[in-house]
Amino acid sequence: MKRRLEISELIFKIISYTLLTIFAICCLYPFLYTISASISGREVVDYNRLVLFPKDIQFDAFKGMFGNNMFWNAYTNTLFLTFYGTIWEVFLSVLGAYALSKKRLLFRKGFNFFLVFTMWFSAGLVPQYLNYIATKKVFNAVGIMDDKWLVVIAMGMAAMNIILLRNSFEGVPSEIEEAAIIDGATEMQVLWRVYLPMSKSILATVSLFFAISRWNGYFWARQMISNGNEQPLMVYIRLRLEQYTDPDQMAGWDYPYSSDSVIYSLIICSIVPILIIYPFIQKYFAKGVNVGGVKE
Amino acid sequence: MQNVSDYLIFDAESGTYIENPEQVVRDDVEKHYWLNVVRAIVKDWRLYLMLVPMLAVFLLWRYLPMYELLGCFKVTDSVKPVAEQYYSGFSYFKTLIAGTGTLTTEFWRAFRNTFLLSFYGLCFGFPMPIIIALFFNEIRSNVMRSIYQVITYLPKFMSTVVMTSLVMMLVKQGSLTSGTGIISQLLVKIGAITEEAAYSGLMNNPSFFRAIYQISGIWETAGYDSIVFFAAIIAISPTSYEAAQIDGAGKLAQMKYVVLPSILSTIVIMLITRIGSLLNVGYEKVLLLYNTNTYVTADVVSTFSQRYGIGGTMTGLAAAAEMMNNVIGMLLVIGANTIARKASDVSLY
Repeated sequence: MKRRLEISELIFKIISYTLLTIFAICCLYPFLYTISASISGREVVDYNRLVLFPKDIQFDAFKGMFGNNMFWNAYTNTLFLTFYGTIWEVFLSVLGAYALSKKRLLFRKGFNFFLVFTMWFSAGLVPQYLNYIATKKVFNAVGIMDDKWLVVIAMGMAAMNIILLRNSFEGVPSEIEEAAIIDGATEMQVLWRVYLPMSKSILATVSLFFAISRWNGYFWARQMISNGNEQPLMVYIRLRLEQYTDPDQMAGWDYPYSSDSVIYSLIICSIVPILIIYPFIQKYFAKGVNVGGVKE
Repeated sequence: MQNVSDYLIFDAESGTYIENPEQVVRDDVEKHYWLNVVRAIVKDWRLYLMLVPMLAVFLLWRYLPMYELLGCFKVTDSVKPVAEQYYSGFSYFKTLIAGTGTLTTEFWRAFRNTFLLSFYGLCFGFPMPIIIALFFNEIRSNVMRSIYQVITYLPKFMSTVVMTSLVMMLVKQGSLTSGTGIISQLLVKIGAITEEAAYSGLMNNPSFFRAIYQISGIWETAGYDSIVFFAAIIAISPTSYEAAQIDGAGKLAQMKYVVLPSILSTIVIMLITRIGSLLNVGYEKVLLLYNTNTYVTADVVSTFSQRYGIGGTMTGLAAAAEMMNNVIGMLLVIGANTIARKASDVSLY
């Protein structure tokens, strides 16, 4: 009896390790291939003599990209959108979630519903688009000609993240807050000195999610920013890819690297910042997906 | 002696009728309800001020677009603002649902594709995270498990643009001067696709679109989505396993009688959420992956709407198409949530 048990456990363990390893390789392989393909020689990439390790190593694709002003432009724009976008979203969400977490707030249920309803129903792409166009006109009339600010202010705003923050604020014991108020703390001081330090980890998670979604933003930036020089990196990558799919355009290509390598090196440059912050967010994941906590 | 009304009650001490103080207070509250609301807001003005920016953003860019939905019922003339156009009733909806032209066929195709893409996602994409969570549980070494987790969560954080670009490059078409993508080559080698299909490009072939969409979806989210299930599995107390082992349960029996019942509620909730979002197919991924050759299987309602409303000029019609989709979607979400609440005491919203 004992022996049979061990065997069934062992078999399951072996299966687990094998399949997980295969899945992990599948997850990692495209990235490794991307790195290899971006630094391999032209013939190797074009005729696909590349499986995993780079051959005929060249760094001209990267050099060519770093020498390209359009690339740096797009990179700066993405940094701009991510930086201001994250600050704006954290600012709104923290203030809003703090107010919503207070039991004494009048019409609390109504305000909550106001947020949650947007998770159920969205007007759709076209009405949103028309609305953004209208706002853009207002912005331009006021004198903000830079469409980037519109993207910073109007895009994003996930109700889900605000609710996560609110739930975390609700968990702060009211005794601590009362003690602070007796000591003469104002509303802002209570938020700044009591609530934020006590919800550090959820705040970190939520702001990193904001930052990543801003960094990865594509569709609305492409629709709303009319000046090509102000487009973020994701739009730039996509445009390069769209040009690439037209084979005739590649006729005059006489560089030491394949045109594929350009796309691959662009992809690498766009994911490096995420890879850098990735280890820091990694430990907060479990908190961010705690769906059970979302209640009205 | 009895109380004559809510207002006059008999006071035993003085032996006379007096005004009911509670009712006076109640009256005061009712009469001056809004005054009291204003008083409370003035007293707590800082709290309400904090709400203002968030509410303003939601009002301006989430709720105001809903006003534009009125355009669905009006004849669209993009020069005039919505309010000045005149009503045409349900003509757009009629065109979409029961018309005879290409718009109707395209709309129904898009609707069907929307449903099928999520339905296949439910069938193939949903079980994967659960299986992966079960496997994670078998790895006893914390270091090894963290390594696996870090690797498998990673694709989730790539942008849709990067992910779709990678997919398109890895299955790209061949030409005189370059070979096909590496994944296409692999698939040809193992005999999954023919050489011709690989050469003409998998992304240009409508019969491969759904498979590519699902597989890339699993690649992207299966690892990350396993977190929820893994959290439920590690919450099982080790004594449950020991008890099962003493009773002579093998690994499969343990799975069946210990693990599965413990994570069943999580599975049910996630499944219901998934069913609730059957009509919410992300427009961005499809928009980036599809092309004119693959509309047959790839075009979903949101991309249909994008093509005619933003790419074209039929804003009213396009908005009507997506509105129908979203209203049915909302009913599904609310229905799923109600079922979840009844089935498990856990409500998602």
